[in-house]
Amino acid sequence: MALAAAPATDPQSNVPPPEREGNPVLRWIRENLFSSLFDSVLTVISLLFLFFALRLALDWVFNLAQWEVITKNISILMKGSYPRDQVWRIWLGLYLLGAIVGINLRAWNRELNRSIIAIAAIPLILALLPFASEHARINLIIIQATIAAAYLLTSIAGDKRRRRIAAVSSILYIPVFILLLEGFTDEDGIMPLVKSDLWGGLLLSVLLAAVGIIFSLPLGIMLALGRRSRQPAISALCITYIEVVRGVPLISILFMGNIMLQLFMPQSLPPIDRVVRVMVAITLFTAAYMAEIVRGGLQAIPKGQYDAAYALGFSGLKSMRVIILPQALRIVIPVIVSQFIGLLLDTTLVALVGLFDLLGIGQAILSNPNWLGRSQEVYVFIGLIYWILATSMAFASQRLEKSLGVGRNYDESQ
Amino acid sequence: MAYAEQTSTPLYRDERFLGIINQVVVVALVAGVLVFLYSNMVTALRTQKEVPISYDFLHDTAGFNLGESTIAFTRTDPIHRAMLVGLLNTFKVSIAGIALATMLGTFIGVMRLSTNFLVSKIAWAYINVFRNIPPLLLLIFWYRAVFLKLPRVQEAIVLFDPVFPIYIANRGLFFPWGTPTASWSTYRWILLAGFALAAVVAYRLRQHGKRTGRMPLVTLWFAVILLVVTLFGYVILPDPLEITKPALKGFNIRGGASLSLEFWGLLFGLVIYAAAYIAEAVRAGILSVDRGQREAARALGFSSFNIMRLVILPQAIRVVVPPLISYAIGFTKNTSLGLAIGYTDFFAITGGLILNNTGRAVETLTIILLVYLTISLIASLVLNMYNRRIMLSH
Repeated sequence: MALAAAPATDPQSNVPPPEREGNPVLRWIRENLFSSLFDSVLTVISLLFLFFALRLALDWVFNLAQWEVITKNISILMKGSYPRDQVWRIWLGLYLLGAIVGINLRAWNRELNRSIIAIAAIPLILALLPFASEHARINLIIIQATIAAAYLLTSIAGDKRRRRIAAVSSILYIPVFILLLEGFTDEDGIMPLVKSDLWGGLLLSVLLAAVGIIFSLPLGIMLALGRRSRQPAISALCITYIEVVRGVPLISILFMGNIMLQLFMPQSLPPIDRVVRVMVAITLFTAAYMAEIVRGGLQAIPKGQYDAAYALGFSGLKSMRVIILPQALRIVIPVIVSQFIGLLLDTTLVALVGLFDLLGIGQAILSNPNWLGRSQEVYVFIGLIYWILATSMAFASQRLEKSLGVGRNYDESQ
Repeated sequence: MAYAEQTSTPLYRDERFLGIINQVVVVALVAGVLVFLYSNMVTALRTQKEVPISYDFLHDTAGFNLGESTIAFTRTDPIHRAMLVGLLNTFKVSIAGIALATMLGTFIGVMRLSTNFLVSKIAWAYINVFRNIPPLLLLIFWYRAVFLKLPRVQEAIVLFDPVFPIYIANRGLFFPWGTPTASWSTYRWILLAGFALAAVVAYRLRQHGKRTGRMPLVTLWFAVILLVVTLFGYVILPDPLEITKPALKGFNIRGGASLSLEFWGLLFGLVIYAAAYIAEAVRAGILSVDRGQREAARALGFSSFNIMRLVILPQAIRVVVPPLISYAIGFTKNTSLGLAIGYTDFFAITGGLILNNTGRAVETLTIILLVYLTISLIASLVLNMYNRRIMLSH
């Protein structure tokens, strides 16, 4: 800790700090692990803890656990009961996703920083995992190639056009992907209808979270603007909505969506799909949280921006659209990413209203007598998938936060 | 006159007027949509079930038993009492969980700030792992993959056998418990008096500490006085509580009290998840205290324990408590996940059992929303009051 202070008489003199003695490695160990008696005791306890924890974990992973339950069910864990002969549609959607990722990486490469490349290589890493099938490996490599190709192709466009392409394609992606999954031709056509009851697994989990974030964004912006409105009736309406939704657990909103949405619709309409009902519930739930995020962004914009827009003769709506919102949304991108992570983890709750998301499929596998007693393996595997997804996105969002020069922490608990 | 005409804005460009029109239109639109949805619902209910919305069913008999209950409940009790049982179960697991999560979270948060490399990295790994795993998965894991694999009752794990036997089996955790006897009501007054005495002493010690600048260990004194009175009262009275110890009788464990595995599963899952968030809040709070404060206290010769107690923590707590309260609200809402493992909390009883038994979806869901909303609103009222007090004392 002790630093060499320059002599007080002559603060300008360039006295170098005294040479540190000894081997740097040993010094690091002494300073960070054995700086005092108490410190040494802590180090020994930690080492013992790590030793036993690691031995237990490794013993379980390599000797006790029977991973057959995962390798045999990997495809159902990933996509639910989506028909086998139609799986190519999911892969096609993922190729498109690869293209979107490539475009976005190129468009935002200054903000994203080099280290993000590690995340872009996820398909390749997945292809190297032991339980990936031959078929999956080839497809993952194609996705990796699409990322690279899209990245290179986007380079042709100018800097500003790139961002526009990136934004538009990202927004269009989810509807296109859903259309791909759902299908639009009849039984003999190239893309027959696949009812959403059959969607499941990780596919459904990620889809629900993505739909929730994307569709709740416009709603959230409207609520945030409404909450800040100077017109009391409008701000009261928005505050009521936001606080009511934030005050109740997600599961109660899911139950509402599942049971009551049908009742609210005119009886002449056909029954609403279970997945759609849950999507609506998740969107309405997330909108309240999104509104608070956007409000945070709006508050961060200096008042001078509003004044300047007003002075330039912009109408209230136009100054919002052209000046305030673009800046506010830019600031909150990292927070939206962490909201997406939170939502992804929360989508496990749809298993409680009878959907077969990743956790729901896991439970279904465990209820099969063949896999009795394999619950530890299944839950650890599911946890690992969520953990990998969440940490890699959190890492990306941290990078983004640094390069956007903002650091805000929002309450992520429901 | 021409001058006056120029300055007065026509009605259709008057901002105040437009604002009012806008509000009227929006409110009318929202009201219209709500009325439309409501009338659809009423028609749907009438054609499907032929039952109007009514809350009279709350007084019907429940017709189901509840294993986990802090108050007496049988199948002949009314439905609203079942809801109360659920609410109490929610509070039971919330209070225990928030206390445990705060302790664990503070511990991990302090570990995270340790200068010891290993200790800090272990805490980092904990936070990183458990913030990025769904809490629902965590509690299902504890319940199904760990607790349900505990040995059967006959082969229960027994701890501290002769003195304070605790039985751990796949049916719950059993421990000694006291049932009140005749002298219990007197004992209760002694406890109350002891609490009052401890509170008065603590208050006086605090005042004394503020006056002299030497703060005694207030909490310790409080605890010691309470403990002494508790023990004293127990010794002088003829057994206010009759202690029964759990023991194996045939295929069951009798005596004492028990906490179900569902309770433990929910508690473990949520505590481990919430502690990761609390640890980060605690870390942020401690880091928010200026370095100079610690250095100044050290220069004044404070011991490192006293630096923490008297300098760092009182300042850190201002930053920690607001997020802590919102995590506590989040925890209470998350107890509704108990539904997944069959813990009979308020949500599982009302949205599960009662809804399925009576089929009254609209009514039960309305009650659920109102109850959780009330809890959240009360908690955020407390949060705001606390924030205002902190602001004033600055």
